[in-house]
Amino acid sequence: MIDPARFRSDFPILGREINGRPMAFLDSAASSQKPAQVIDAMMDVYRNSYANVHRGAYTLSQEATEAYEGARRKVARFLNAAAPEEVVFTRNTTAAINQFAYGWGLGNLKPGDRVLTSVMEHHSNIVPWHIIARHTGAELSFLDITGDFRIDLQKAQDRFDERVKIVSLSGMSNVLGIMPPIGEIARLAREVGAVMLVDGAQMVPHSPVDVQEMGADFLAFSGHKMLGPTGIGVLWGRRELLEKMEPMEGGGEMIREVQLFESTWAPVPQKFEAGTPPFVEAIGLGAAVDYLSEIGMDQILEHDRQLTSYALDRLEEVPGLSIQGPANTIDRGGVVSFDIPGIHAHDIATILDQHGVAVRAGHHCAQPLMRHLGLAATTRASFYLYNSEDDIDALVDALGVARRLFGLD
Amino acid sequence: MASLEELYREVILDHYRSPRNRRVLERSNAGADGSNPLCGDEVRVDLLIEAGVITDIGVTGHGCSISQASGSMMGDAVKAKALDEVCRLTDRFKGMMSIEGAADPGLDPERPGAVLGDLEALQGVRKFPVRIKCADLPWTTLEEALGIYESG
Repeated sequence: MIDPARFRSDFPILGREINGRPMAFLDSAASSQKPAQVIDAMMDVYRNSYANVHRGAYTLSQEATEAYEGARRKVARFLNAAAPEEVVFTRNTTAAINQFAYGWGLGNLKPGDRVLTSVMEHHSNIVPWHIIARHTGAELSFLDITGDFRIDLQKAQDRFDERVKIVSLSGMSNVLGIMPPIGEIARLAREVGAVMLVDGAQMVPHSPVDVQEMGADFLAFSGHKMLGPTGIGVLWGRRELLEKMEPMEGGGEMIREVQLFESTWAPVPQKFEAGTPPFVEAIGLGAAVDYLSEIGMDQILEHDRQLTSYALDRLEEVPGLSIQGPANTIDRGGVVSFDIPGIHAHDIATILDQHGVAVRAGHHCAQPLMRHLGLAATTRASFYLYNSEDDIDALVDALGVARRLFGLD
Repeated sequence: MASLEELYREVILDHYRSPRNRRVLERSNAGADGSNPLCGDEVRVDLLIEAGVITDIGVTGHGCSISQASGSMMGDAVKAKALDEVCRLTDRFKGMMSIEGAADPGLDPERPGAVLGDLEALQGVRKFPVRIKCADLPWTTLEEALGIYESG
């Protein structure tokens, strides 16, 4: 059982007051805060070991290269990947999905082929497919959600046929918090010969992941949602598929040999890492992975679950409030979206901010899902290891102020 | 917490709860859609312009209290106004909503009563910079509708 008070002191920013109140940071699903261990690891590189990687034969470059490749090994262990070479560093989840969409989709999709995703996806797992569909003539197809906010597995069966070549699905919804049965869907994908990517932007920071067990072929996620810095993300892929996939970007670092009229690629993962990589950020992500591993991802999942359970109970006390997501914590992460008729989400967020409570308001980059829910915007509170029940109490208190201010009491 | 009451003045909440001019016009000859894609606020402005005067206006859409109240007040403020007056009013409003505009108290001094007072109630938004674009949205949409009208 996690004691958040034990971790809070590792996060310098959480000591801040916002508008005269202790900060209740409830927006980790957008981006998490950073512990001193991550900040210090990056500062240490800039202060002591900074030089470009994979180039110099001098000491500093060797140190930076070793730290960068060390971060790759840490991430590989964190995911239980078969080899560090299966870990491609990218800018973030979006860049990782785009690398897969362009690198795999452009060469493998024909008119009439299908890309299967779901109505609950983040724009970063919809818009790249719009682009690829335009280039290839492939079609998109969508898994539905049920009335109780779950992926409709019954209907899902019908979506899988030999036309489906790519399945790209979120491992945890950034709005509903649900964690779809990835293993089951990966099995359906395999049966029709489709290649499957999991958008792990929310899942990887909040639950244990074993890519060899998961059943999918690719996994995309960001460092900044899991205590790491911005500017670094990961595309994990099965080695034999990475070897077949085309790079999306060309440039230095990713080549074997360049002639005037053609060039050949470096082996994986370098062929996907054109240009000077964000290696200081990768080292920061390595420190974040160390931090999370020491606590244990199963512990973090359980902590999030308990906070979600508490939040669902407390939010039920707010008259008129409706939860947009399952009312229980089964297969559900620490994200709670809600709507209060009569107060728009932006107004709620402004009022909460005046009480030191940071939440996200809006469509959460999931417009198709919002349309499906019949809402223009929701307010979202999301939890991480540094949150406690006090943060949720502050949220519920401030919601009371919002209701009074808008004359709902 | 004083600033929260400044932002959510009663007159703003009143326009939010009971928006004026909230209808689709049966007869109109200008209009535009506006949205803030980042936050999802949406406004539709329809105009009937006759002999250089806005004789009717409909403001519809959905979004936060600030965007919707601003649209409601805007409708009251520009109805029965000549287009050049509307342009001046728009500039005044945008000026008021910018940080530099803080010193300009004079919104439409010739129109007494509620309208001037109502629009000025939005000045509290200036203390919440991320919300200024909410207040501006209906006015930007109005400008766009007039731009389309004048060019076509």
